[in-house]
Amino acid sequence: MNIAKNTIQYILLIIIGILMIGPLLWLVSTAFKSSQENIFLYPPQLLPASPTFNNFMKVWNNNPFARYLFNSVLVSGITVVLNLLFCSLAAYPLARFNFKGKTLVFWSIIGTIMIPFQITMIPLYILAVQLNLKNTYMGLIFPYMVSAFGIFLLRQAFAGVPKELEEAARVDGYSSLGIWWHVMLPSIRPALTTLAVFTFIAMWGDFLWPLIILDDPKFYTLPLGVANLSSAFAEDWRLVAAGSVISILPILIFFVFLQRFIIPTDTGSGVKG
Amino acid sequence: MKLNRTSTPYFFLFPALLILAVVSFWPVLQAIYLSFTDYDIIGAPNFIGLKNYEQLWRDQLFWKVLFNTLIYMVVVVPALVILPLFLAILINQKIRGIQFFRAAYYVPVIVSVVVAGIAWKWIYAENGLLNYFTSIFTSVKIPWLTNSSTAIFAIIAVTIWKGLGYYMVIYLAGLQTIPQDLYEAAAIDGSDGWRKHLDITIPMLKPYIVLVTVISAIAAMKVFEEVYVMSRGGPANSTKTVVYYLYEKGFSSLEMGYASAIGVVLFLVVFLLSVISVRSVDPTGGAM
Repeated sequence: MNIAKNTIQYILLIIIGILMIGPLLWLVSTAFKSSQENIFLYPPQLLPASPTFNNFMKVWNNNPFARYLFNSVLVSGITVVLNLLFCSLAAYPLARFNFKGKTLVFWSIIGTIMIPFQITMIPLYILAVQLNLKNTYMGLIFPYMVSAFGIFLLRQAFAGVPKELEEAARVDGYSSLGIWWHVMLPSIRPALTTLAVFTFIAMWGDFLWPLIILDDPKFYTLPLGVANLSSAFAEDWRLVAAGSVISILPILIFFVFLQRFIIPTDTGSGVKG
Repeated sequence: MKLNRTSTPYFFLFPALLILAVVSFWPVLQAIYLSFTDYDIIGAPNFIGLKNYEQLWRDQLFWKVLFNTLIYMVVVVPALVILPLFLAILINQKIRGIQFFRAAYYVPVIVSVVVAGIAWKWIYAENGLLNYFTSIFTSVKIPWLTNSSTAIFAIIAVTIWKGLGYYMVIYLAGLQTIPQDLYEAAAIDGSDGWRKHLDITIPMLKPYIVLVTVISAIAAMKVFEEVYVMSRGGPANSTKTVVYYLYEKGFSSLEMGYASAIGVVLFLVVFLLSVISVRSVDPTGGAM
């Protein structure tokens, strides 16, 4: 009885698993097919007949993919650091201080979640042009330096830190800034990591804003590079597939190591509601 | 560093508030202002009153993209409220290897929309994988993305595929807050199997269901990337969404005043939607 139930569950889990990662595996398989192999063959060949790295080499050598990769890492990395800094600074008083206008400040910050990026996009573009931020890293980053989601997440985390820790530090003569840095931040490491992972993934995949703010391929991030590839090589799916695989490999590795900070595990870490 | 006690909170808040003022509050006000002008980035903006809105009202293409966006929402939102709940229940079990499946189901979320679009475009291709599977039932090869009656649904499927894992994780977090003894008590009352989910899981998850409804509705309202990568709004504008139209008007034909008016309408719809969906799922007004 239990074995039968278990088997059905695993079959269901596997079928859904195929639906979820199958489309990507099919792309991977295509990327490994050689130019001699007919990729439109019926019935489709799930595995490459003679797997080759040629497509990857071709894409890597004929396009500045190393540059795209560098840009993506740089832009995502800086955005993560800025978000950790500014969100945690803002979240601390919202969790622990009583001050005039606290409710107003809190709701103005949360209210920005409701503003679609697309409405602010045109004024932001105009601002970027005026400040000469087109085709710069700063231009890519500045709309994302702080997020209401991040402030909210860290505020919840700060609220859970025992008050005694803070009081003990105050008795020891720490300033508020010292307490924030030496006591509060170390106490909410899991939440900081969660915010870092979410921010990194969001920046890694961001497309609309880079599309608008960049026209110089020197500053392209991977999604733009891949989109560019797919319009230039619409004929050769092997190369488009290879470029796509190159662009998602780093983020997949990143995810494998840090998934426990996004996906709740049975031991109860991960995002707290 | 010595700080005056009453000014301390403001000192901490200052950087974030300054940034939000520059990248959020001020641009919203400016967008509203621009929507009353004929700004085209080349000349200075001239105030033209409600002209953009009048033009929008008569713009047949605008109604078309609004309708497309509505189709999008009507399909995507129920799918992303219900399916991830099933997934979350399915993976909320302590069985071997479950963490692997949880991670696998989340993979489409971390893949950029550009790559997701490419992967599916390849599946939808005329000689692609999907037409191979359908060839078992029919000899007709369906041009999924170039036929104006199927294209929007082909893209909708990608949005759903990419969103499942995200909402699954929100539900999973919710499921883990439900005390186990509730289920044990229900089992004594004869509520077991899928029945117990109707009796306990769904009522207990109500705040999460509201949350998912609101987030997925707002996300569906703002669809852009999938369309850009897979169809560029075609064929015959059948997949063009509001945001795609905004992008096209603002950044291809440089009618920034007009595009801002589209943005303002989008903002109002998103705002109304959030209020309505919260109210409709939770009559108390969503006291989460």
